[in-house]
Amino acid sequence: MEAGKTKVISVLVENKPGVLHSVANLFRRRNFNIESITVGPTEKKDLARMTITVNEDEKTIEQVIKQLAKLIDILKVEELERGNFVMRELALIKVCVPSPKERSDIINCVDVFRGRIIDVSTDSLTVEITGTPDKIDAFLNLMKTNGVIELARTGITALARGAKSIRIDE
Amino acid sequence: MTKMSGAKVLLESLEQQNVDVIFGILGGAILPVYDALCGNKKIRHILCRHEQGAAHAAEGYARASGRVGICMATSGPGATNLVTGIANAYMDSSPIIAITGQVPTTGVNTTYMIGRDAFQEADIIGITTPITKHNYQPRTIAEIQPMVNAAFYIASTGRPGPVLIDLPKNVQSDTAEVEMGITDKIEARGYNPTINPDLAKISEAANLLAKAEKPIILAGGGVIISNASDELMEISDLLMAPVATTLMGKGAFPECHPLSVGCIGMHGNPAANKLMGEADVLLAVGTRFSDRATANTDTFCANAKKIHIDIDAAEIGKNIEVDVPIVGDAKTSMKLLNAALTKKLRKNESSTWTKRVKEAKEQLSPLLKEMPKDLVPKALLTELRRLLPENTIVTTEVGQNQMWSALYFKALKPRTFITSGGLGTMGFGFPAAIGAKVACPDRPVVDIAGDGSFLMTEQELACSIAENIPVTVIVLNNSVLGMVAQWQRMLYKRRYMAVNLGNTPDFVKLAEAYGAQGFRVRSMEEFQKAVKTALNSKVTTVIDVPIGSEQDVVPFVPPGCGLPQQRGDY
Repeated sequence: MEAGKTKVISVLVENKPGVLHSVANLFRRRNFNIESITVGPTEKKDLARMTITVNEDEKTIEQVIKQLAKLIDILKVEELERGNFVMRELALIKVCVPSPKERSDIINCVDVFRGRIIDVSTDSLTVEITGTPDKIDAFLNLMKTNGVIELARTGITALARGAKSIRIDE
Repeated sequence: MTKMSGAKVLLESLEQQNVDVIFGILGGAILPVYDALCGNKKIRHILCRHEQGAAHAAEGYARASGRVGICMATSGPGATNLVTGIANAYMDSSPIIAITGQVPTTGVNTTYMIGRDAFQEADIIGITTPITKHNYQPRTIAEIQPMVNAAFYIASTGRPGPVLIDLPKNVQSDTAEVEMGITDKIEARGYNPTINPDLAKISEAANLLAKAEKPIILAGGGVIISNASDELMEISDLLMAPVATTLMGKGAFPECHPLSVGCIGMHGNPAANKLMGEADVLLAVGTRFSDRATANTDTFCANAKKIHIDIDAAEIGKNIEVDVPIVGDAKTSMKLLNAALTKKLRKNESSTWTKRVKEAKEQLSPLLKEMPKDLVPKALLTELRRLLPENTIVTTEVGQNQMWSALYFKALKPRTFITSGGLGTMGFGFPAAIGAKVACPDRPVVDIAGDGSFLMTEQELACSIAENIPVTVIVLNNSVLGMVAQWQRMLYKRRYMAVNLGNTPDFVKLAEAYGAQGFRVRSMEEFQKAVKTALNSKVTTVIDVPIGSEQDVVPFVPPGCGLPQQRGDY
């Protein structure tokens, strides 16, 4: 992910079937490009939060937000202000372990990145890393020499910092 | 609490919304609703002959009356046949509600049926998501009334649009204890259209307009939807500003008015297109600046500061960058703008600009000095205007017939010119005319058609005869798919491909086969006579008007060019 242009949009939606479909459909229909999308429940059980990252210019982002806001099942849409939000992504990485020497190198590396080893077999390790996309990219870069067998990334989820929040008050 | 079937709940909910007519075709998955309709005294069902016709008729009804139009179809092919009509209503912001049957949620041998590719199953929710304002699939009887109420609210407020309700068959036929109260509570908390504009922006717009030397107003379909023609007239009068419209805005301002300059666009009125380029301030209301209206945006209204009023925030800045964006209802916003302007302006009836408007109209868009003998579109449509009472509702098909109507048929009142603007759906006009006639049974309704378009939905002649809905169809019959033939002539070196329709069918015999009245006219006198007869008769009339097959719609802005590069004479 190119950090410079990527924008993060936080969307509060009705937690019901079909909402993800209409959002995904809108992106396809309007020719907007989704980089990542994460969806999950919120502190209120009838609401879900989508965190969408897009790599588009200002004008397109404005259209993305306005078009999203028109969807009936979307309650709130906001672009998270650069530098004023926290974000995390989780990655599971299955790394090839050719010999015991490499195994200890990888374990050291995982420690430095504050990751965890969650599965071990004779010739592989599965690592869990949480952080910004850049941090995950950096770890992946280091694992290149050993060989990554499988990779699963969640896409980022994010919240505005401190007092600023995107929520629905009853 | 009363024990009722889902079908009954649906109909009572519709009755509470004052629905008096449904255009539809039945089928297996919607049978319980039709069973409940049997003997219903409040709702008239009009049996169309194709679901596309039902959807267009619902839209014609909605656009003629300003009320929500209802169409209904069964699952699968019934539902997918509605799709063109729903897409048309979406593009033209028309309030319609489409009700479709769906296969049951549970089957005889299984706990679920939807999703098993059952007979006549189609994922109409998935299919219509990008072409509806919203859609619903009630899974319980309790959900039906709140969803119907929300559907009406969503379809008819803000920027109107189609809403679809997909009702599984078992939800229609099952019974449950329900409370059928008229409820004001609308369960759509994510939907809050902005009606009142930002007053700071209104005052900014008023300042700009007060200083304008060459103001021009562009009225879109939003002015008609918002019933804001009076406010538009007032603002034009205050500013002595010419009023151009988009195709969808045609009728928002009387086209016989000295300050009316007609439609802008690719086939726009030359005076409108020219003056747009000369104006110093543009006030655009209720328009989305479609590509056919603006042509190349680099040269669109290039010398003007632009004010844009629209109820849909997403339309502002989408196609055209503007200087003063105003999000709000057209009527409310123009009222406020008028009030702000009244304090600032002294009316000047003889400014250089008003003289220029008069001169541009006379030079660029001259009216016919004498009536030609030949059956040419300009003469026919000028004469048609003379023959039709002012309150006549005109619909059009799509193609040359539509552009000629836009150019030469003067619309005098809002909701009297109904055309497929955004989607450009051939076959729209005739069923829309049927719908308009149902909404306004005491007014004449005329569909200006082409032979190609009319053939796409002519089977609704059966509906108009059987249901006794008399309308008049004027077929400008050039035996070709004229608009594409014109493009092949102008832009593809006359390499005609797949545009020739020949002389079939015989439209007089076709009309008669359905029990309608048919005339073929060969002269202006015969045309006048046929139109008069049609207006006075109580049966649908088809008037076949053979015209030359190589007549172009001019003026014309070639693709890629801007409005100032328009070619050809009016």
